[in-house]
Amino acid sequence: MKQYIVTALVTNKSGVLTRVSGLFARRGYNINSLAVGATEDPKFSRMTIVAEADENTIKQITSQLDKLVDVKKVSLLEQDKAVCRELLIVKVNMPPALRPEIESTCNLYKAKMVDLSPVSAVAELTGQPNKIDAFIGVMAPYGIIELVRTGITALGRGSDNIYALEDYNDMF
Amino acid sequence: MTQTDSKKKKTLRGAEIIVETLIEQGVEVVFGYPGGYIIDTFDALYLYRDKIKQVLTSHEQGACHAADGYARATGKAGVVMSTSGPGATNLVTGIATAHMDSIPLVAITGNVPLSALGKDSFQEVDITGITLPITKHNFMVKDINELADTIREAFKIAVSGRPGPVLVDVPKNIQQQTATFTPKPRVQKSVGTLKIGERTEKAAHILSQAKRPLLFSGGGVISSGAEQKVVALAEKLNAPVACSMLGLGSIPADHPLFLGMIGMHGSAAVAKVLGKADVIVAIGARFSDRVAGDPNKFAKNAKIIHIDIDAAEIDKAVGSHAYILGDAGQAVDYLLSTVIPHADENWITECRALKEHYPPIDSKGALCPRKVIRTVAKFSPPERIIVTDVGQHQMWTAQTYPFRKPRTLLTSGGLGTMGFGLGAAIGAAIATEQPVILMTGDGSFHMNMNEIPTCVKNGLNVKIFVFDNSVLGMVRQWQTLFYNKRYSSTTLGHPTDYVLLAQAFGATGMILERNEDAESTVKRALETPGTVVVDCRIDVDEFVLPMIPPGKSADDIITQLGE
Repeated sequence: MKQYIVTALVTNKSGVLTRVSGLFARRGYNINSLAVGATEDPKFSRMTIVAEADENTIKQITSQLDKLVDVKKVSLLEQDKAVCRELLIVKVNMPPALRPEIESTCNLYKAKMVDLSPVSAVAELTGQPNKIDAFIGVMAPYGIIELVRTGITALGRGSDNIYALEDYNDMF
Repeated sequence: MTQTDSKKKKTLRGAEIIVETLIEQGVEVVFGYPGGYIIDTFDALYLYRDKIKQVLTSHEQGACHAADGYARATGKAGVVMSTSGPGATNLVTGIATAHMDSIPLVAITGNVPLSALGKDSFQEVDITGITLPITKHNFMVKDINELADTIREAFKIAVSGRPGPVLVDVPKNIQQQTATFTPKPRVQKSVGTLKIGERTEKAAHILSQAKRPLLFSGGGVISSGAEQKVVALAEKLNAPVACSMLGLGSIPADHPLFLGMIGMHGSAAVAKVLGKADVIVAIGARFSDRVAGDPNKFAKNAKIIHIDIDAAEIDKAVGSHAYILGDAGQAVDYLLSTVIPHADENWITECRALKEHYPPIDSKGALCPRKVIRTVAKFSPPERIIVTDVGQHQMWTAQTYPFRKPRTLLTSGGLGTMGFGLGAAIGAAIATEQPVILMTGDGSFHMNMNEIPTCVKNGLNVKIFVFDNSVLGMVRQWQTLFYNKRYSSTTLGHPTDYVLLAQAFGATGMILERNEDAESTVKRALETPGTVVVDCRIDVDEFVLPMIPPGKSADDIITQLGE
């Protein structure tokens, strides 16, 4: 089992997310994260799906996705040939005495402190998932109250782009 | 826009737009059942009744199977229409049946008005949600200006590429609103153009080197209309042809290269040849678990060339050594023009000897089901359509009936839907206006016999042979073999008098009990006008053999029962 990053251009309509997540659920594919958002073209949304799979299964995942009418383009991104980012928002305990220490840790990781209360702080960090993991690790001893992460969103490096791919359903 | 185009434009109700679009798309018949949230569209069907035929069934499930049977018989998309809620959910088994067997179907359902949607209104159900995994695609129309194009798109999706069912859900207020309708041409089935390159060349190269080739012809061959090309390729290679159940009829059963059916209840000769072949060309077949019980052991001495129009089928169940992605007809054409045959001279002789060595064995009961099936074949022209339900009778029919033409066996393969048969027979009889045979069992028959009145009302010649053993024979067979004869819930013991039942519905009933009477009774059934039910009383312990136990490979085939 390996971790794969699937990127897909899908129509920007209600129900598309259900079609995609339903496909993963009913065929028993493992999904680690799914991030979706608008694109430069209001007709389309872009999905980044991180899946655990063996070589045969990932082939199945991409070709089954490709068959969905609302999925226009699908491809796999290789981690070293793509910009992969994740956003973390984390709320930690911060008694006044620890503020300088936590602030300097945040600075080291280039995390931004975006909210303060007398006893806590909210920090945000964007980066590769392993950097996010590491940051969570160093925040843990202070006591994480709650956190949220977006899952990976990714785009291939260089001038190649998803629009150059064929839409499987256009073959017919 | 030209003047004639603008003249064709007209303002219509949504309901009329639906019917106009169906007519524009070449639909001649709609199978269905009305109800509160589709009443407007049925009203439009009434107004257009001289241009489009309505067939009212007893139950929406029957209508859906009828639309499926119509599609299987003609290759055109079948159309079924129902109301919301229970009307829509009653379509579900029929839609799933069509989905598993890649049958083009367009289902149109009414729904509550948009203002009532999502409020658990009367007869509201999320039918697009429910049918999401069993349709090729589905739509809910929320804007009347998108109604006609959505229906056109539904037909395009249903018939193109790998065919399948598409559902269009139309809220009642959309059916009632008015909009401008502009006619458009009928959408064309599209299968794409085969890309020739390294991949296809590799396939041709492997096949050219084959000493012991086997063609494996599936439902995709029939759906593509590639039967004659497959036969030509077999003849060129001098290769035997095995068919999946849905591929039966893609090569005439009396063709010298036809070897038999493949799979759990396929012929023993095919099972043996699978172990001996060095190259297998699977054409429009998906290696289901009923074909390759143990995919890791499937034809382990052979290189597999897989031809399929669906990229997701390649390497899904059984790995391929080469593949051709595309329409079966184009792919086989390509192989025909490039392959240089090198088969061993004695290969086909060896295959034929195996076929002779494993003839189908008739049972010793007073009435042998194979005998009945052969007798029906004896009195039937090659183009006669045989529909089956699901169970032992289905396997006996698939094994025994000599299908000589494509689209003459209509059977639920992938989903294995008991109760499929009568509805499908209605669809086929309406499509062809010819007599249709239904082979069924007493279990399957009791599921949807409510459609006999539909046959009678429409003056259909459906000849129903009920293989009546008072048990759910196929499940009982498994209980005998694998569950130490614990016959849990498989003893039906229906008290049904089939002759009286047929009469009650306005059909004719007959009883067949002995082999000696098979010819006269079958002949009488076929010659009696209208719908006929023949109660074929067979022994409770008739078996379907050969059998490859579930999850096992061809080496584990059971050809005879131990005493």
